[in-house]
Amino acid sequence: MDRVNKAEDLRELRNRLIAAQDTSRPVVRVCLGPGCLAQGADKVAGAFKKAIKDRGLQADVKPLIKETGCHGFCKLGPLVNLDPSGLFYAQVKPEDVEEIVEQTLVKGQVVDRLLYTENGNQYQTASEIPFYAMQQKIATRNLGLIDPILLEDAIINGAYLAAAKALSYMKPEDVVKELELSGLRGRGGAGFPTGRKWRSAVDAAKKSPGMVYIVCNGDEGDPGAFMDRAIMEGDPHGVLEGMLIEAYAVGANQGFLYVRTEYPIAVKNLKRALDQARDLGMLGQNILGTGFDFDVQINRGAGAFVCGESTALFSSIEGKAGEPRAKYIRSVERGLWGRPTVLNNVETLSNVPVIIDEGGDWYAHIGPANSPGTKAFSLVGKVKNVGLVEVPMGVPLSRIVEDIGGGVPGKDHFKAVQTGGPSGGCIPYSLKDVAVDFDSLIKIGSMMGSGGMIVMDDTDCVVDVARYFLHFLEEESCGKCLPCRLGLKGMVEFLDRFSRGEGSEEELDELVSLGEAIKDGALCALGGSAPNPVLTTIRYFRDEYLAHIVDKKCPAGVCKSLITYSIDTDKCTGCGLCVRNCPQSCITGETKTPHTINGEACVRCGMCLESCKFGAINVA
Amino acid sequence: MSDNKEKTDGLVSLVIDGQPVQAKEDWTVLETARHNHIHIPTLCYHEAVQANGGCRLCVVEAKEGNWSKIVVSCLYPVKEGLQISTSTAKVNNVRRWILEMLLAECPASKEIRTLAEAYGVNSTRFKIDRPTEQCLLCGLCVRVCEEVVGVRAISFGSRGVNKQVATPYMVPNNACVACGSCVTVCPTGAMQARLNMVRGNVSERTGHGHAH
Amino acid sequence: MKKKATEIDAILDRYPGEPRYLISLLQDVQAEYNYIAPENMTLICDHVGVPLTQAWSVATFYKSFSLEPRGEHEIRVCCGTACHLKGSERLAQSLERDLGVERGHTTEDLRFSLDTVNCLGACALAPMVMIDDDYIGGATQRGIRKYLKKI
Ligand SMILES: Cc1cc2nc3c(=O)[nH]c(=O)nc-3n(C[C@H](O)[C@H](O)[C@H](O)COP(=O)(O)O)c2cc1C
Ligand code: SF4
Ligand code: SF4
Ligand code: FES
Ligand code: FES
Repeated sequence: MDRVNKAEDLRELRNRLIAAQDTSRPVVRVCLGPGCLAQGADKVAGAFKKAIKDRGLQADVKPLIKETGCHGFCKLGPLVNLDPSGLFYAQVKPEDVEEIVEQTLVKGQVVDRLLYTENGNQYQTASEIPFYAMQQKIATRNLGLIDPILLEDAIINGAYLAAAKALSYMKPEDVVKELELSGLRGRGGAGFPTGRKWRSAVDAAKKSPGMVYIVCNGDEGDPGAFMDRAIMEGDPHGVLEGMLIEAYAVGANQGFLYVRTEYPIAVKNLKRALDQARDLGMLGQNILGTGFDFDVQINRGAGAFVCGESTALFSSIEGKAGEPRAKYIRSVERGLWGRPTVLNNVETLSNVPVIIDEGGDWYAHIGPANSPGTKAFSLVGKVKNVGLVEVPMGVPLSRIVEDIGGGVPGKDHFKAVQTGGPSGGCIPYSLKDVAVDFDSLIKIGSMMGSGGMIVMDDTDCVVDVARYFLHFLEEESCGKCLPCRLGLKGMVEFLDRFSRGEGSEEELDELVSLGEAIKDGALCALGGSAPNPVLTTIRYFRDEYLAHIVDKKCPAGVCKSLITYSIDTDKCTGCGLCVRNCPQSCITGETKTPHTINGEACVRCGMCLESCKFGAINVA
Repeated sequence: MSDNKEKTDGLVSLVIDGQPVQAKEDWTVLETARHNHIHIPTLCYHEAVQANGGCRLCVVEAKEGNWSKIVVSCLYPVKEGLQISTSTAKVNNVRRWILEMLLAECPASKEIRTLAEAYGVNSTRFKIDRPTEQCLLCGLCVRVCEEVVGVRAISFGSRGVNKQVATPYMVPNNACVACGSCVTVCPTGAMQARLNMVRGNVSERTGHGHAH
Repeated sequence: MKKKATEIDAILDRYPGEPRYLISLLQDVQAEYNYIAPENMTLICDHVGVPLTQAWSVATFYKSFSLEPRGEHEIRVCCGTACHLKGSERLAQSLERDLGVERGHTTEDLRFSLDTVNCLGACALAPMVMIDDDYIGGATQRGIRKYLKKI
């Protein structure tokens, strides 16, 4: 590909690429996002390539196979989209490929059985499906559309045009102003206004001339969130472009991209994109002939959730253990190696090119005034349409969970939704219409966090869920400060007791008091927000705690010490399958007569439940 | 603000527990309080090394205009007009819980027990895993070895509840110069108790090993 | 081992001798040798110029480093939130029982290492288990047992 030496070159290059495109050539977009990949999408893509090769399809019908990033509807993976027809095929298996090639690509017909059906309606294209129709994609605009390996594809879709506009036609000050005008707030959790952060960095650099660094936070540690992963894998140039614009605005020549170690594909795609951008001339020295230099280094995380926290992340980049430090001097003044450093999240930066393109004013008018824009969520748990969604801020929670998510399979409604990751809060069904934006969520004791949205139903126990999050954070605590290191362990001790049916109602209040002490006392926001899941569940589900403590019952049937396994003698056929699977050998009975479980030896592992073909195992 | 500074020769005025005090611009709240004989409890603070704000016992409530916040005094910089309260209900709630948890974490330390008693904490509801433990992982030993002695013979290992102070691979470290500074700064008897594990048997040293 | 491991010197040469490359080097060595042997740790320290205390402290702080050799096969049970709600804890416990090791450890015959991870990004298929490079969605205790018998 040609090197671009000025903004005009980039536009010409794009025009040339578009002109060279054969618009009649069919395109097969196979989703290789995390969800589809786990369902064998790579084999589907391979089958397409093979089928096309085997058939020796003519050049004019030979389709272009694109292996794209996450298309969002993970539940229905592997997903295949076809252009220009716009056909959307769901749950495609390698065995289906032959038929798609034969029927759709060669004959131009639709394979009905692969179309998505919902409530009796069959949908031909993705955009008609309610799941997609209710979304608005900005940060995830290119996901599922472009092949992240192909720079041309990114350029055709407008990559780096906004950066060219910023570098060549705007002063850094104008870029900062545009961001301030947009009202964009950080998508990494705290919701700090991005424009204001950049402004502080500019001011700090004025006071202390020298290096300024920017860092993109791709550590995404929330267990159950994969928005940033999807963006880094599916649109790496979008992230780099955001960084480039930011660097220009704050006067940084060096950027760092900190990627969670469990995301090898993201690292690979970003590395490739870095090389491509350098070759293209969008990174490196004298970018677009403007005299501005900027380059990016990728750092892999090493497995520590706390490294998502700014000061811990900086320590990690410096080659040290990831312990946070007090931020009474802000990191925009003193960050990496003591220099002004701006940290922004992947999704935040992915919004930036669009803001520069369309203008801050345009962006400010999406969603509520104090939380403008759109937000990506990973919608998971007990919800029908598990996947990645992006909606305008401020929509009611029920819109996301019920309308887009399709509600809880087989149930009337959800019991609770956890937002904000492990240190967020549990929102009960009674608050289903709460507006999903930064401030409204804080008001009810939860938070936006990075965008994990976990749906629970009546088979999920809030005591267990609170315990799960606290235990997660206990393991991820760096251990530097006592309220967090000892306090989270202490909270887990309380919750362990409750889940065993021990404790008293007074202890519930003591636990709240301990939670407050940790919130007030912890050094960083990991400890400072860790008690949230406990505090919100006690606030909204006190009865369920009392059921454990007073009635010694786990209404959801989860807490091991409070449930028993038994066999329904009416349903049991005496097949003996459970006997063979029980690791404790505690199931007995004559063949062909109902069996029984010896409750004392039972470890409640659920093997019998899993293996019984007649639904004869009861848990209560 | 700059007017104020000129007037007071680089001193800032603030109020601690209702008492007007003055501080040098680069002082922390704790330094200012100590200078004025106002007591704030600490465990991980020592003049000889940089404060790191780990034990959180020195928390105070800081009020500026109409916002107030719990901060650690050992790191919080003074500011003109700041109002500090050293023992509000919130502050004491934090301290009492920390002390109660410390009773379970380092049950063998009499220093901790005495401090806890001063806050009316005489027993603990938490599980005691290591009855002979005295170390609270305040890190003073690690910091003094690095910052003052310049040796770095000990460091933290692991993280969170498994965190510990140790030498690499838990074997005596020849880099240790056996100066005993770590024992001096340790707020409990913990460092004394583990000194041999750090320095090994000094008489058997070969004289090599100060590699770093 | 699949192929001959890259010489440690070649790995060291990938990065300039500055303290900030400590973690990158530990990662590369971990990836190449499956663990960080004491002699390699010392070589890394000399290369980037940090004391052994710092390298040891870093290597024990982060979860992705191992100071002991890992097993031939890596079993990773996703214990992310979505998977937790779908019973991943029971899966992890049954694997602990079957393999006779706790999570985070390796069987004595060095065949399997058992770990839990937080979200593999495929929550739609919860509960997820990853065995080496294979994703197993909707995992069951019995399914995993069968899979392990095959390898
Ligand atoms: C314990 C902890 C973990 C965090 N993890 C992440 C993360 O994985 N990704 C992220 O972008 N921000 C994370 N954050 C928030 C960052 O510290 C920081 O606020 C954010 O990256 C700033 O970018 P933004 O302003 O664009 O949101 C975390 C914060 C804490 C306290
Ligand atoms: S709050 Fe937790 S993670 Fe943060 S500094 Fe304290 S111990 Fe470390
Ligand atoms: S040994 Fe003493 S000085 Fe060192 S961390 Fe433990 S309590 Fe602090
Ligand atoms: S003395 Fe301030 S936190 Fe320990
Ligand atoms: S929680 Fe297991 S894959 Fe996301």
